[in-house]
Amino acid sequence: MSLARTARLSRGVTHATGAIVSIVLLIWTLLPIYNIIRVSMQAKEEVLSTSVVPLEPTLIAFQTVYNQSYWLLKSFWRQMGNSFYIGVTVALLTLTIGTLTSFVIGRMRIRSGWMLTNAALLTYTIPMSFLAIPFYSIMGKYGLTNNPIAVIAVEVTFATPYAIFIFQQYGASIPMELDEAARIDGASPPQIFFRVYLPLMAPALVAIGTYALLLSWNEYLYAFLLLSGGNVVTVPVALGKFLAGDEAPWNLLMAAAIIYAIPPLIIYYAFRRKMTGGLTMGGVKG
Amino acid sequence: MPIAATMEAHPARPASTRRGGLFVADRYWAAAFATPYIAVFAVFVIYPICYGVWLGSNPASYRALLDDPIYPRTIVNTLLYLLFGVNLKLALAMALSGFFTRAGWYYKALLLVFMLPWAIPALPSYLSINWMLNGQWGLINNIVWDLFQVDGPPWLDSPNLALGSVIYGHIWKWLPFWTLIFLAGRLAIPRELYEAADVDGATKAQKFVHVTMPLMAGLYLVCTLLSTIWALGDFNAVRFISGGGPALSTHVLATLGIRNAFELGDPGMGMATVLTALPLLIPLVILLMRQLRRNQVAV
Repeated sequence: MSLARTARLSRGVTHATGAIVSIVLLIWTLLPIYNIIRVSMQAKEEVLSTSVVPLEPTLIAFQTVYNQSYWLLKSFWRQMGNSFYIGVTVALLTLTIGTLTSFVIGRMRIRSGWMLTNAALLTYTIPMSFLAIPFYSIMGKYGLTNNPIAVIAVEVTFATPYAIFIFQQYGASIPMELDEAARIDGASPPQIFFRVYLPLMAPALVAIGTYALLLSWNEYLYAFLLLSGGNVVTVPVALGKFLAGDEAPWNLLMAAAIIYAIPPLIIYYAFRRKMTGGLTMGGVKG
Repeated sequence: MPIAATMEAHPARPASTRRGGLFVADRYWAAAFATPYIAVFAVFVIYPICYGVWLGSNPASYRALLDDPIYPRTIVNTLLYLLFGVNLKLALAMALSGFFTRAGWYYKALLLVFMLPWAIPALPSYLSINWMLNGQWGLINNIVWDLFQVDGPPWLDSPNLALGSVIYGHIWKWLPFWTLIFLAGRLAIPRELYEAADVDGATKAQKFVHVTMPLMAGLYLVCTLLSTIWALGDFNAVRFISGGGPALSTHVLATLGIRNAFELGDPGMGMATVLTALPLLIPLVILLMRQLRRNQVAV
């Protein structure tokens, strides 16, 4: 076989495997997503049918969610607001605590900084759900059940360690000479923090703010345990309640789930480069 | 869940001029700056850990647990979930990360679609998988009927199939995340290494074994440990795909702990359930912390 022919053949094989893998991947990825959209476009009677494609696609489920005209959805927009409020608060607190701590470890370099790093590392490696039972009891003692503060506290606790790692890593690329120059000009640590450190950390702040917001938006277990009802419930908790009943309005559930999934989807794809930017910063060290 | 990053080793900095001479006032500032995190760590990590261990320290809870017929099945489920969920997922992610290093707009576009399960919150996806696998009205069995005119299996009504479905849901949701991590790892390998291997006439398989694998081994190990820990604590997949059913046969430790504590109203037994994961969790955490410090890789 001539060299050119071997090359053409191997390119052909590459294209063929590429096409096969692509088709398998697309089916694998899109099947559950298609199912969400399919069910959300079915009328109530059609949910319990054997159709693969909606027979009479309708937006009535979305309309019901929008108008909150079903008893499980009667405060849907309020719940979206709660999710948003808790998410933004978690993001702001995570940024505040994370930057302060990373400033102490990385820039002020106190001797006991390694203890802070280890504390963060330990928190990062504990499965969040394992502390749910004691956390629930403790919040009950403080009288914070059914209070968003309890959920905010636990989400900040579990978002901060990752924030500290990333800030330290990012901060290492900012030359120490800047801090030293500011010191010679008579700047105090808070002035260095606000005028030198924070402005230079802006890209990392955006990435971590997004991360904390999404962690909170997606969190179910603690919100479910700590927010039992009334006006403080978040969307995931409300979606979970659909499963409890005998009646299964799956079309409404899926329509509500789509509306709930849209903000994080937009954020993921808009900040994709920022979020995978961290991926390419370091590399593999074997 | 976290976005990913590989942590850069901190370059050795020249000894700072004020290293020894931290002013007294600076010390106060450092203490003030560190206080919020120390407070959070003490109140929301240390205190709950101690309280949890105390809650789970009653021997009667463990006796009740051992008498519970669901418990042995739960242990087996947890191990199967970790073994298959984590390893299948990471092996697939490793293979796919190689696929996505191919150049061209087509593969970039495919990667964007492939990322979707990671970007969609877990709950809608797991709920969709639950309904998709419904034996009577689910999409999968509807498709099976249309194609073959036979009834598909009752995915969520048989213990083994239901556990398999939970593992499928877990892999579906988290495969893109780990693929992106490995993709970043592969892209960070200097091209010259592959070019040198090409010059020596290495085949694709040889390049994978002698260049990619040695350089990715550390990252792969860290990912396995971390993914195992996260899967051990995962509550949502079981809760929303199988609900622990049929007949409580697909519970894992994380969901059984919550059930015992809140549905049965016995926090001591719930905590005991969770604490029986410690013989697995503690070695994993120690190994992981050592690896993270040595490799400076954070995910």
